[in-house]
Amino acid sequence: MSTFTATALLAVEAGASKPSFPLLTVLVVLPVIGAALVALAPSVRPDSAKLIAVVTSFMTAALGVYMLWQFKTPAAETAVSGTFQFESQQTWIESLGISWFAGIDGISLWLVVLTVLLFPLAILAVDPEHSPKPYFAWLLVLETGCLGVFVSLDLFMFFVFFEIVLVPMYFLIAQWGHGNRQYAAMKFFIYTMLGSALMLVGMLSLAFLHKNATGGDLTFNLVEIAEAQAIGTNAARWIFLTFAVAFAVKVPIFPLHTWLPDAHTEAPTAGSVILAGVMLKLGTYGFLRFGLYLFPEASHWAGPVFLTLGVIGIVYGAIVATMQKDLKRLVAYSSVAHLGFIVLGTFSITREGVTGSILQMVNHGVSTGALFLLVGWIYERRHTRLISELGGLQKSAPVMAGFFTLVMLSSIGLPGLNGFVGEFLILVGAFVAHRWWAVVAVSGVILAALYLLWAYQRVFHGPAEGENATMPDLKVREIAILVPFVIAIVFMGIYPKPVIDRMQPAVNALVAHVDEHVDDFETPRNQGRQGVGWTEAVEQYESRYDGADTKSSEDGE
Amino acid sequence: MMPLAQIAQISFSDKLETPSVDWAGLSPLLVMAATPLFFLTIWSLASPWLPKRTPSIVAALAGIGTIVAAAIQWAQLDGDGTTTLANAFGIDGFSLLLTMLIAVAVTLTSIFAWDYLEREDINSAEFFVLLMLSASGGIVMTGANDLIVLFLGLEVLSIAVYILAAAHLRRFESQEAGIKYFVLGAFASAFLLYGIALVYGATGSTNLGIIRDASAPGVLEDVGLLYGGMALLLVGFGFKIAAVPFHAWTPDVYHGAPSPVVSFMASAVKVGGFAALLRVFWATFGSLADDWAPMIFVLACLSMVLGTVVGIVQDNVKRMLAYSSISHAGFILVGAEAATDTGLSAALYYLTAYTFIAIGSFAIISVASPRGDDATTIADYRGLASRKPALAFGFTVLLLAQAGIPFTTGFLAKFKVIGAAVETESYVLGVIAMLAAVVGAFLYLRIMLAMYTGDDADDAVTGREPIPWSAALTIGITVAFTLVFGIFADPIIDLVNDASAPVLQAAGS
Repeated sequence: MSTFTATALLAVEAGASKPSFPLLTVLVVLPVIGAALVALAPSVRPDSAKLIAVVTSFMTAALGVYMLWQFKTPAAETAVSGTFQFESQQTWIESLGISWFAGIDGISLWLVVLTVLLFPLAILAVDPEHSPKPYFAWLLVLETGCLGVFVSLDLFMFFVFFEIVLVPMYFLIAQWGHGNRQYAAMKFFIYTMLGSALMLVGMLSLAFLHKNATGGDLTFNLVEIAEAQAIGTNAARWIFLTFAVAFAVKVPIFPLHTWLPDAHTEAPTAGSVILAGVMLKLGTYGFLRFGLYLFPEASHWAGPVFLTLGVIGIVYGAIVATMQKDLKRLVAYSSVAHLGFIVLGTFSITREGVTGSILQMVNHGVSTGALFLLVGWIYERRHTRLISELGGLQKSAPVMAGFFTLVMLSSIGLPGLNGFVGEFLILVGAFVAHRWWAVVAVSGVILAALYLLWAYQRVFHGPAEGENATMPDLKVREIAILVPFVIAIVFMGIYPKPVIDRMQPAVNALVAHVDEHVDDFETPRNQGRQGVGWTEAVEQYESRYDGADTKSSEDGE
Repeated sequence: MMPLAQIAQISFSDKLETPSVDWAGLSPLLVMAATPLFFLTIWSLASPWLPKRTPSIVAALAGIGTIVAAAIQWAQLDGDGTTTLANAFGIDGFSLLLTMLIAVAVTLTSIFAWDYLEREDINSAEFFVLLMLSASGGIVMTGANDLIVLFLGLEVLSIAVYILAAAHLRRFESQEAGIKYFVLGAFASAFLLYGIALVYGATGSTNLGIIRDASAPGVLEDVGLLYGGMALLLVGFGFKIAAVPFHAWTPDVYHGAPSPVVSFMASAVKVGGFAALLRVFWATFGSLADDWAPMIFVLACLSMVLGTVVGIVQDNVKRMLAYSSISHAGFILVGAEAATDTGLSAALYYLTAYTFIAIGSFAIISVASPRGDDATTIADYRGLASRKPALAFGFTVLLLAQAGIPFTTGFLAKFKVIGAAVETESYVLGVIAMLAAVVGAFLYLRIMLAMYTGDDADDAVTGREPIPWSAALTIGITVAFTLVFGIFADPIIDLVNDASAPVLQAAGS
């Protein structure tokens, strides 16, 4: 309880010194205002919808970048869990103890930045085949939903945003998708709603049990509930499971992944980009914020199950991706494998693993987002996604082949590009805490090389026949859209420090929070760095890492 | 009004003591009951000189008048409330809130009903008179503090609706609906009456206050008779609220009856039924909650599960929404099952939200259909969004609200009932409810898919005609209510929380 009071005080002080401008609230609400404007815009000029959408999403992006600039990295070693920046809190439904409580820390910071940057690019990248007005309106509503999830510090607020994102995505798939889109949209909606249905029961149980245990008022305040850890162990484990199912469907974790290939494949290009880039992160982010933070003991208890499922996902996703005949489906299954890594890192509950999984969330958003864009543009030109019907494209579209190579290598995890950094940290974290899971997971890296390189070979190499020989290359506009992706891929590959530094304090605090509330929690640091598992490389990495931390905090002062 | 009462008191004061009448407290009921009677007289004499739309306007105004009267009474409420007419009728937050809901149903239904009746060529003033009479029966049910009064209210409510259900003279289904509803309704009334008789036999009174005192633990030596009465009462109420297994009439009647009547049935009749159920079980038999809650538990589960599971395989939108209304009754019963203050407030909130959602949904169905009130299959709704984008959007909002998607009142309603269940540790019920909600979502998504992704076939008849302003008004109000109070939730939640529990007074006290 004392920690809780201290943290609450800290939070209040931090809140008081902040400017009163509710940055996060504006960030969340801005896109939906844009959506309303798009819907109300006169239909005489069809371009106006896109113009408004682009302007709004760029304004949101500018605000997001301003937020990143204003973000103050706390000192890594003194960071406490439950401290957030840019907090804005308003009573929402008074009698139920629900408030509009937004705030970010190093964990959500990068996901917010990823979201605000990915949306304008996705909006610019592809024009819908028909009815642009509702298309852009739904995309903007989707942006509000995703941002809302990442900034929520109130269980109710989190839940409503977590659930509302289904609606715009459902319409995007059902109306602008390809092929079997009605089936895919329905499956996507029902599957993910099934997960969150149980979460609603769990969330209400949590709130009432917390109220009974503390004797206070009914509250849905995440920080208050998480710091108090008032409810019993057994209840917490059950409630954690209801949350975990919701997140596991959203991630998706094997064996709840079957909606993903359908939804990704049938969605319109921008939908796939957002689905892979941002929406899958709602689940993995949920595991961090509403899993590890809210239920430290239960997360630790259930850890082995999720580690195992994560590893199965890595191997299974990779093998199934290898077998795919449809290029977009291949990329979709590669997501299952990549998200397996993120789950592995999260449930390793080590600083390295968690840092790596957050980094990998961003990386996956960038790489897979770009891959879906490229596949979408191939489809636009060739009207097929079947690998067997494509071939020799690098002769007709050398620029596209170049971009594809780079993005693909980043997705494989080639050192020097962003994917490597994330996967390496995850594997280090997992290896330190749960050696054998990491050993199996490494095979995923090799398999990724197999399926992606093989796909690249079949699509871009070989003789170009028929339409493949005459396929137009990327347009200037398309290249301009890809450039930011490439910059992010290369920058985060060679110099990830600025990104990692900003998330490190929050991650440290999160792992310390788990440590505090789990009796038999053994951080690798306590295990004595001996035995087969502890390699010199890890040690070197650790020492370099710690040095970087102290240095950055000195810089920050 | 006052002199009349005084005269009555003065002239009979020696021989017969008449109960005091709180005329002001009864004003909502009086507005709703007296307007149709006066209006029918005036209309039969002066109809040639009055505008054709007058009946619709009068009914809407009667509804608004009732709302205003109820609001004034609520503002002047003395404590939790009081009873009048020799403790036969309760005036409390509970009855006033539900009175307002019934009046809302009258207003919104009668606004759009006129253009519907004109399109179908069955316009008559009687339709609106019956609507108001039925509503006055419902208002009696909300306040009844005596089982006989309750029964009177129920009969007034039902008989008028039997006629309304058969109001579409040229539709065979409408006649069938009327007959079916009447026959099954008569059965249900018989069950209810027998239940009242058994309760009277067990406690020696029909006054709810006395029954409550008698059913307190340890008062009655033999509770067998009382339990029998409770079970039969539940059958009667279960029929009115369309809970499984007393729901068999619902799909056929909702499908066959004219759409505005369905919108009234799904809102006002359900409110009346739940008012009676909550007043009798929650308030009167509150101390026996451990005994009746399991019955409600079973009804709630069956209604939610069967309503959604059978609903998703229907191919007619009206029948789908009929089954969905069955499942909504199940959700409201989840609130009643909790038998707590939270549960009561959750059930009342759900009723409030669902009243608007149901009226809006059936208003949309009624204007989307062409003349003949037919063409309501899923296939007919294909491509509706390309013909009537605004209508399809409104329907989408209401369907999403029924599915319990956030930022609608429908979500908060589910949130509150499940919160009530979880608070009393009925986790199983909460989980069943949410699973039913997911299955139910499939039902609503099917309709949305048809509207948005179906081809705009040239021969599609649904949504071809222009939407009359009156229907647009009703739909606009319901959609706006659902969205605005789904986001800014406080006013309605506070209103519902302010609606105090039903006040029961034992006669003679």
